Amino acid sequence: MIEIKNLAKRFGATVILDDVNLTVREGDTLALLGPSGTGKSVLLKHIIGLLRPDSGEVIVDDQHVELLSRKDLSTLRRSIGYVFQNGALFDSMDVFENIRLGLTDQKEFRNLEYAKERIAECLRLVNLPEDTQRKMPAELSGGMRKRVGIARAIAGRPKYVLYDEPTSGLDPVNSDIIDALIMRLDTELNVTGVMVTHDVRGAFRTADRIALLTGGKIIAEGTPEEFRASDNPEVRAFLERDFELASS
Amino acid sequence: MSSIATQLQHRTGRAVLDALAHVGRFAGLVMEMIRGLPEWRIWLPRTMQEAYSIGVGSLFIVILISSFAGAVTALQAGYQFTGNIPIYVVGSLVTESIVLELGPVLCGLILAGRIGARYAAELGTMRVTEQIDALESLGRAPSSHLLIPRVLGCLLMIPILVIFANVMGVLAGWAAAKSALPISDQDFIYGARVFWRPFDAYYSIIKGFFFAGAIGLISCYMGYTTQQGAAGVGRSTTGAVVTASVIILLLDTLLAKLLLH
Repeated sequence: MIEIKNLAKRFGATVILDDVNLTVREGDTLALLGPSGTGKSVLLKHIIGLLRPDSGEVIVDDQHVELLSRKDLSTLRRSIGYVFQNGALFDSMDVFENIRLGLTDQKEFRNLEYAKERIAECLRLVNLPEDTQRKMPAELSGGMRKRVGIARAIAGRPKYVLYDEPTSGLDPVNSDIIDALIMRLDTELNVTGVMVTHDVRGAFRTADRIALLTGGKIIAEGTPEEFRASDNPEVRAFLERDFELASS
Repeated sequence: MSSIATQLQHRTGRAVLDALAHVGRFAGLVMEMIRGLPEWRIWLPRTMQEAYSIGVGSLFIVILISSFAGAVTALQAGYQFTGNIPIYVVGSLVTESIVLELGPVLCGLILAGRIGARYAAELGTMRVTEQIDALESLGRAPSSHLLIPRVLGCLLMIPILVIFANVMGVLAGWAAAKSALPISDQDFIYGARVFWRPFDAYYSIIKGFFFAGAIGLISCYMGYTTQQGAAGVGRSTTGAVVTASVIILLLDTLLAKLLLH
């Protein structure tokens, strides 16, 4: 379980997160909605310890992330897959080596036969052909990069997967493919997911729970049905533009 | 008047704080690298790749620059030394100038541009495209994957390149002296040996190590702490080359004072 309690973060004089409270139950996929620049990705980076809070607590599996030693944080990170907004693939390595780095268990990483099998399996899971393995990131389309990023994130069989804008910059067809993939990972691998997005339609399709972050605070949280029925004016205003699409 | 004084105080305070922040971050980065040293299975093969890349990639430019430096030193010495100064002094001057100063310093400055700029730009791009965050998110230490191999690659190869620069500089100086001045091989060799001390060679290599450390550490620090997109990468790259060059010249002076006097 992921618990965030009274989390605050500022960069210089700008307050990004202000007393954020959020809980993600095991097995759930939570979509974190919000306008651009409200700190959704910043919140995600706190969960995996890439950023440290100014105050508050981030607890993953009963471990306080902000208090962990370098070694313990490294161990915790092996149970969390992180899908970056633009893939963040290592551009000096081919797809095979990129996904291989996702094998966070060192014995598995060094066992080349296992690595080959697991990488082929991950590529199948994200619907990419096997010959993608030897391509360099620069040779891939935006959608393929995102899928390789997901393959890398799940290669080490993580318990949690954090998605940072998994469908941003993609056309509707590729967005649907990624959404379907997230749902498939949820059901087949039973991972707990947190997805940062401003794609309302995708959030309603893939998430078990939805939260809205705006002004540095979580102002609403609930199931997609509760969210749709919310009479919170800020939720209504945010959903207004996409609501019909989301309901379709 | 008081407003100008306040502004001056404000700017001085800001500059001091910025400098202290750099010192703190730099020390943190060095500590991170020291903590990554036990992960030798990761950094050792990457260090070999980096060393190969530095050595093979820089050899031509190092030989070119040092050869020109040696030739020009010989020709200018011949032009200046007239009258009662014996011609063999050209051999002394070329050898001592190249080995004590021009070989290591020119090599250092050239490599600060070539290697320093490359490392700062590579790491800066990795930072702004979240590749370094991705590495950390996979539970892997950027120090053992990215930083230690680059710094050790510099420490391994730059002193060797300095030796190449010294040898090529002296040989080119010798050839230039013979072609333009009335000096025999025996005169040149005599001149080269008459003021030679074995410590001169060690001193040159010691300088190479210090310059290598400056280039590796400064460029890695600048690249690793890059912020704010493509403009940030540009600033880091320029900053790495300028800072490493200035530090090389400072070290050059400091080492001369400490080791030669």
